[in-house]
Amino acid sequence: MSQPLIRVRELSFAYGEGDFRLSIPELDVARASSVAFIGPSGSGKTTLLHLMAGISLPQSGRIDTDGVEVTKLSENQRRAFRIQHIGLVFQEFELLEYLSVLDNILLPYRINPALRYTKAVRERARAISSRVGIEDKLDRYPGQLSQGERQRVAVCRSVLTEPSVLMADEPTGNLDPHNKGKVLDILFDYAEANATTLLMVTHDHDLLERFERVVDFKELIS
Amino acid sequence: MRQTLYLAWRYLAFHRLKTSILVTSITLILFLPVGLRVLVRQSSEQLTRRAEQTPLVIGVKGSPLELVLSTLYFRSDAPGAMRYEEVEVARRAALAPVVPMSVRYHAQAHPIVGTSVEYFDHRRLALVSGRRFAMLGECVLGSSVAAALDAEVGDAVISSPDNLFDLAGEYPLKMTIVGILATSQGPDDDAIFVDVKTTWVIAGIGHGHEDVTKREAASAVLSTDGNRVVANASIVQYNEITPENASEFHFHGDLSDHPVTAAIAFPPDAKSSALLQGRYTADDLPTQIVRPDVVMGELLDTILTIESFILAGAVVVGLATIASATLVFLLSLRLRRREMETLVKIGGSRTSVAALMASEVVTVLVVGTVLAALLTFVTSRFGDVFVRALMRM
Repeated sequence: MSQPLIRVRELSFAYGEGDFRLSIPELDVARASSVAFIGPSGSGKTTLLHLMAGISLPQSGRIDTDGVEVTKLSENQRRAFRIQHIGLVFQEFELLEYLSVLDNILLPYRINPALRYTKAVRERARAISSRVGIEDKLDRYPGQLSQGERQRVAVCRSVLTEPSVLMADEPTGNLDPHNKGKVLDILFDYAEANATTLLMVTHDHDLLERFERVVDFKELIS
Repeated sequence: MRQTLYLAWRYLAFHRLKTSILVTSITLILFLPVGLRVLVRQSSEQLTRRAEQTPLVIGVKGSPLELVLSTLYFRSDAPGAMRYEEVEVARRAALAPVVPMSVRYHAQAHPIVGTSVEYFDHRRLALVSGRRFAMLGECVLGSSVAAALDAEVGDAVISSPDNLFDLAGEYPLKMTIVGILATSQGPDDDAIFVDVKTTWVIAGIGHGHEDVTKREAASAVLSTDGNRVVANASIVQYNEITPENASEFHFHGDLSDHPVTAAIAFPPDAKSSALLQGRYTADDLPTQIVRPDVVMGELLDTILTIESFILAGAVVVGLATIASATLVFLLSLRLRRREMETLVKIGGSRTSVAALMASEVVTVLVVGTVLAALLTFVTSRFGDVFVRALMRM
């Protein structure tokens, strides 16, 4: 295996005073690979994504992504790192109901002063939406879309900043089989076309054959 | 910042009902006390200005406020009638020009003000067309009346009887319009001015009918006893005074006994004013003399006291509304916690998210304040029109 994109070493994390504790001695993720994280609920899959994205900080251990030691960065630096490197897709889509589809896709550029909102960005958003088949719904609001369409909007938003890592937290959990396949196709097509690393948390074992690697948390944290 | 404001605007526009309620609340909280204050100040100025232009009012004893409101603003119930003799008494004192006032009758809801032509001089009322009244049955219209009735010089207005069933009393009198006054921005705009004797004709004290000594009226004559002629109801009474029948109009009884509702005295100096007031201090006199500025000052003191109570109430309501709006905002923050977390996850800083929430609040406050300022401007600009309309009601 070539130099991994993400290196996790001796990671330990706990939420406040709760019982939950995540300990990962070692995990490497290769560049431009696709990895599925599976495991029982509450085993720490989402937490690991948050740690790798720099949303949370571990109590101990280190995470290096693309040569950057994320766990050593300040909150602002982690935010800048996240904007530059990470695209996030959530199970519940997390779209803002009061923004149109286009504005939801453009949200990273509207909420981050570090990103410059330009006409080119707008054109890119339109191009991405066209690729996932929602170009005719840009003026609508999330409440007017189907579940599958909403998730496609969320995917468009996550890839607009052209991240090197795409992290999806059960993106198909709320979708019917047809939309599930469509959203997966979109994610894999994008990752393949842009040499992007795809990390996905899932409970759906039918999807696993599409991934290059499957990480079972039962084994990882033991 | 532009992007943050855009997101805030989108949120407010999407939740337009909630936003409208909040903006309306802020607008009312700010406007009500300020607008009320502006209106009260404008009312006070209008009332005070008119009162200050009217040095002394003489009328029968009773409510000074009713006397002033009737004589100056042609509002309120007519005060008790005073004999015209009292006007002559005041004139004989030679301390001030005295103008009779009879404000009792109406024509299509506009007050008919019986007075003398000197009234126009003292009030500095100019004519835009025609001339002042010169004979019985002629009238001069205030500008608002002329506009409301779409009347011109040469047209006529008919007095409205106060009591349709008083067959022995007043009859509708058709009065010829001989002049129209320029706008004075006061109660005179809404009045119809006639000679005080014309009001006596309206009252039925003076009247005109065909000459009972002429042969044409012979069939109506019941009996003749020297100069005294008794006629029946078939005698023709005139309800319009024309140059042709003017000589047939006459008043029964002594003119000095005929009623007026008040008299306005315009003393040239403080000494004359004091001397004239001194003549009305005796308790057994049927009349009183009042200073309208003092009477209106007392009324305004009462109004200002009420205003301060209302303002205190408005402040309490305002504070309660602000507390409610704050609660709504805090609850909405809790409801939007997930949205805020999402914004942070996709790269928004906590400062950006806080700026977004603050922008929404500031936008509501700014829009509410601008609307309140606009309303206040409109009130200060057109409040006097509103106040005059209120005073006409």
